[in-house]
Amino acid sequence: MNRRDFLKGATSLSVGASVLPLFKILPASAASQETAVVVIGGTINSLDIHRSGTNRSSYQVAINCYDRLVSFGTKQMPDGSLSYDYDNVQPELAESWEISDDGTVMTFRIHEDATFWDGKPVTAHDVKWSLDRAVSLGGFPTVQMKAGRLSSPEQFEVVDDRTFRITLPFPSKLALPDLATPIPIIINSEVAKANATDDDPWATEYLHRNPAGSGAYKVARWDAGQQLVYERNDKWVGGEIPGYQRVIVREVPAQSTRRALIERGSVSASHNIPNKDAKELASKPGVKVVSTPIENCIYSLCTNLDFEPFKDKRVRQAVAWSIPYQKIFEQAAYEQGMPMWGGTDTVDKINWPQKSPYDLNIEKAKALMAEAGYENGFDVPLSFNLSHADWAEPAALLIQQGLADIGIRATIEKIPGANWRTVALVDKKLPLHLENFGGWLNTPDYYFYWAYIKGNLFNSYNYDNPEMARLVDDTLDMAMDHPDYAPNVKRMIELAFEDIPRIPLWQPTLNVAFNESVEGYEYWFHRQMDIRALEPA
Amino acid sequence: MLDKLRKVALRLLQAVPTVFGILVVCFLLTRALPGDPAAYFAGPMADAESIEEVRKTLGLDKPLPMQFVTYVGDLVQGDLGMAISTGQPVMSELASRLPASLELTLGALLLSFLIAVPLGVLAATRPNTWVDHICRFLVTAGVSLPTFFTGLALMYVFYYLLGWAPAPMGRLDMMHLPPESVTGFLTIDAIIAGEWEVLGAALAQLALPLITLALFTLAPIARMTRASMLQTLGSDFVRTARAAGLSGRRVLITYAFRNALLPVVTTLGMVFSFVLGANVLVEKVFAWPGIGSFAVEALVVSDYAAVQGFVLSMALLFVALNLLIDVIYTLIDPRVGEEA
Repeated sequence: MNRRDFLKGATSLSVGASVLPLFKILPASAASQETAVVVIGGTINSLDIHRSGTNRSSYQVAINCYDRLVSFGTKQMPDGSLSYDYDNVQPELAESWEISDDGTVMTFRIHEDATFWDGKPVTAHDVKWSLDRAVSLGGFPTVQMKAGRLSSPEQFEVVDDRTFRITLPFPSKLALPDLATPIPIIINSEVAKANATDDDPWATEYLHRNPAGSGAYKVARWDAGQQLVYERNDKWVGGEIPGYQRVIVREVPAQSTRRALIERGSVSASHNIPNKDAKELASKPGVKVVSTPIENCIYSLCTNLDFEPFKDKRVRQAVAWSIPYQKIFEQAAYEQGMPMWGGTDTVDKINWPQKSPYDLNIEKAKALMAEAGYENGFDVPLSFNLSHADWAEPAALLIQQGLADIGIRATIEKIPGANWRTVALVDKKLPLHLENFGGWLNTPDYYFYWAYIKGNLFNSYNYDNPEMARLVDDTLDMAMDHPDYAPNVKRMIELAFEDIPRIPLWQPTLNVAFNESVEGYEYWFHRQMDIRALEPA
Repeated sequence: MLDKLRKVALRLLQAVPTVFGILVVCFLLTRALPGDPAAYFAGPMADAESIEEVRKTLGLDKPLPMQFVTYVGDLVQGDLGMAISTGQPVMSELASRLPASLELTLGALLLSFLIAVPLGVLAATRPNTWVDHICRFLVTAGVSLPTFFTGLALMYVFYYLLGWAPAPMGRLDMMHLPPESVTGFLTIDAIIAGEWEVLGAALAQLALPLITLALFTLAPIARMTRASMLQTLGSDFVRTARAAGLSGRRVLITYAFRNALLPVVTTLGMVFSFVLGANVLVEKVFAWPGIGSFAVEALVVSDYAAVQGFVLSMALLFVALNLLIDVIYTLIDPRVGEEA
């Protein structure tokens, strides 16, 4: 888009004459009441979350530009910051919904005034086309839809223009929350169909560059590799009208540069800053840092059961007793996050994550090693993902020292990011490695499903326990107020700590630095900036 | 003249097998990279099935020779494929990023040439004076300071502490919209469009990265100028010219300098090639949307099409550069001039 087209486009977006003078006064952008500037480290590589190859930084477009049928409410965290509320599903495009008594039929009533950016009303046909697309395109969107028991277009039905029905194969507590993840976005199906081709029936090429939604923000400009400019949609009905007229997301790859920008006050926010900066910036005047524990995400050391010594539970426990947790928390996490060690011996709560009963105790570890017949130790490579070097490298070095104390000689192996997924998660062949999984749907059984069931992606350590498998199978779709739910989850946690294939180190935080002129930030499980909540202070 | 043209054409033809060889080697090397792009690009929750689907859409399920044929076939039609890491066609990425890198590199080379050559000449004509010491100091600083360090230090002083430089956020700040793209060089496009304010803004953004790179390229050019100047000044023909009673100025410029310039031009060509590499870190530090940061990012995630497109464009660039240097040679070399 060239300059002239942009201005023309901006005018037609009813921004009117305000655009030109505004761009002239933007240098003090951080202090601007109308424009916020956010810097990110990654690159946005698509405006369509369903497209194959779309990266994590791009998910923000799905959140800010599109609506889903439902969303989550907001809750206040103990430190006063705001977070989304998993237990409180709220209307977004659907003004109301009913779930049949047997829990398998969900009927949504679409908001009467909801329109797409081009003025076309949002109908149940658009909803069906969009959900059909999500379950049909394959790849990540299809996998995520499946988590909510949504796998086939036959499950989706248009009752009338404003009524939409979903039929589940069996009742599941995951279905409704799954509709609030960034995946089931509602797309303007008429625009999309007009730009579909025989080779590309779902218009992935068109929607890759041209979002067509009903969400709070439109994309005014996308300079791939440089910036994305959001322009507010003043006719949005999915929630309260956002505080900023325009939000510019700039890509700044160097962490030190991002830090200089936020410290100097040149930008409104810097998203996802490292722990070290979070700790240091918090004490600087003019900068606010919000650190939120990432829900059900745990930085862990994983012991692969395909590796001979780790087949023995006692060796895994010995490893868990040999880790200098506190030192790691200080030197790798800069004390940002929640400790996940040194808990009680018995499991009495069902919240997840919770502290494991392990702590640094070399005597206990040595005894277990001797009992297992490994008093002389063994050699093992300790691997981590080079893209996570900021926390994984110091953690690995300290773990290496701890292991040396009980005779295990670990050699550190750094694996490039592109290769990590293949060797760690797909081939599952790393004997000892650092991993960090956090699920989008925040229930413990969902976490155990992905991380403790043989063959599932995040079970990178080949853990296989029939009792765990049965428990997860029984619990995954069960309502949380079912009488069996709490005992089942408790038993899962007991097993996880007893068998300890995944040794929890700490729960990380998502850190965002703000200029003092910005408020309203809300943490979301997808770890992307939801700019809809931001407002000038 | 016709003879020269034929020579140039022949040189161009010689480049064809080189470029093809680079294509093959690069194709094989990218395939030998560790990491499975399908697994990487399938996304965070992908299962085996969806990884397979991605592999199919990327065409990676076909045997290698087939992939190569498809690649060359697309190439002939001017299609370099899709860079998945950035979601854009490689061609348009290169078209927008190459000028950004070239603007930086050529600007830095010009700046360092303008400083280094007079400095080298002065240092050679006045050995062991303060000019020579300054030259030595700059050369040592230039080679011993890594570019990212210089870049960060300059940013710290001139942006963070003093606030003189604009926010290091790429080629243009948010206040200005880029001028209509003609050459892709923001400064030149701004001049063409007559938008002086934009030109000023673009130059302001350019200043720090330009100085960073110039400091780095200054060293070899100044050193080479000084050394070759010393050599020619001590050579027989200069002595003869002096003995013949020619003025010092004339001896220096016509005889010594023109001859000394030859190795400097060769050095310039070499410096240009490694500066395009050194660019990467400067581009990262200053959020410069250039080709270097693009290539590194692509390499990190095994983005085949992007890496291949980058290598190919670099190969073509160097073939063109070598040709250009040969032409400059014929222009400035007194001996070649005599022949024509």
